[in-house]
Amino acid sequence: MGKLDNIESAVLVMGCPQVPVQTTAVLYIAYKLKQKGISVNIAGTPAARMLIKYADPESHYFDAIKDLDKTIGDIVEKREKYPLCFVFIHNDAGVSYATTMDSVMDSDVYPVIFGSNAEELSDEIKFECEKIVAVAAHNPKPLINSIDGVMKWDA
Amino acid sequence: MGCLDKLPYEILLRNSSFSECREYIKKNFKEIYEVKPGYKIFDVYIIGVPPITIGVDGNDLVFPYTKPCHGTFLVKVASDEEAARLRKNKK
Repeated sequence: MGKLDNIESAVLVMGCPQVPVQTTAVLYIAYKLKQKGISVNIAGTPAARMLIKYADPESHYFDAIKDLDKTIGDIVEKREKYPLCFVFIHNDAGVSYATTMDSVMDSDVYPVIFGSNAEELSDEIKFECEKIVAVAAHNPKPLINSIDGVMKWDA
Repeated sequence: MGCLDKLPYEILLRNSSFSECREYIKKNFKEIYEVKPGYKIFDVYIIGVPPITIGVDGNDLVFPYTKPCHGTFLVKVASDEEAARLRKNKK
């Protein structure tokens, strides 16, 4: 059985959009999830949300874009539930968000770690998970390769 | 991060790690509580690496506060209500 079988919805948690590959990686994963029939929810800061909104104006690749803090509140208070979560990480704050999502959700959490300090940040993720890691800032290909390697979309 | 931005707060540490925040609180406060990520305080949910340490001195609460673009700060905010709630929950 593939790791995405029987998954109905996912949340993609964006951090600060300081590193260019983040938006590409979010849309790529969203596209792959949509192909599997999974409802895609994107949570992010206002700037991160704007980048996604105007990169996909007709919402082909996502079902909803949500405020990051509100999404965390909705999950903590059990108003929303996502069996699958990706957290995009290029700084310590991203590590905090990933660890928080693992703590408040009974879900599979995949940290997607990129930027120049990706390997060091990866060591800061202590919870049990499969990590997606690539030293990538401008060229998304190493990160896409890592995403495909971990997710094995067609399995 | 919610309405904490609208409250008067003092920043004790900037761009620090969670372990640095934890050590600062343990070194400088006698009354200490540990909460899980997602603990609600001032209408916001604390983000972080567990255990999240909160120091209390009278009605001053000192806790880590993460902003996605700016990292983690250690902030001090006064609140009789939140201090009482923390003490009640942890007793």
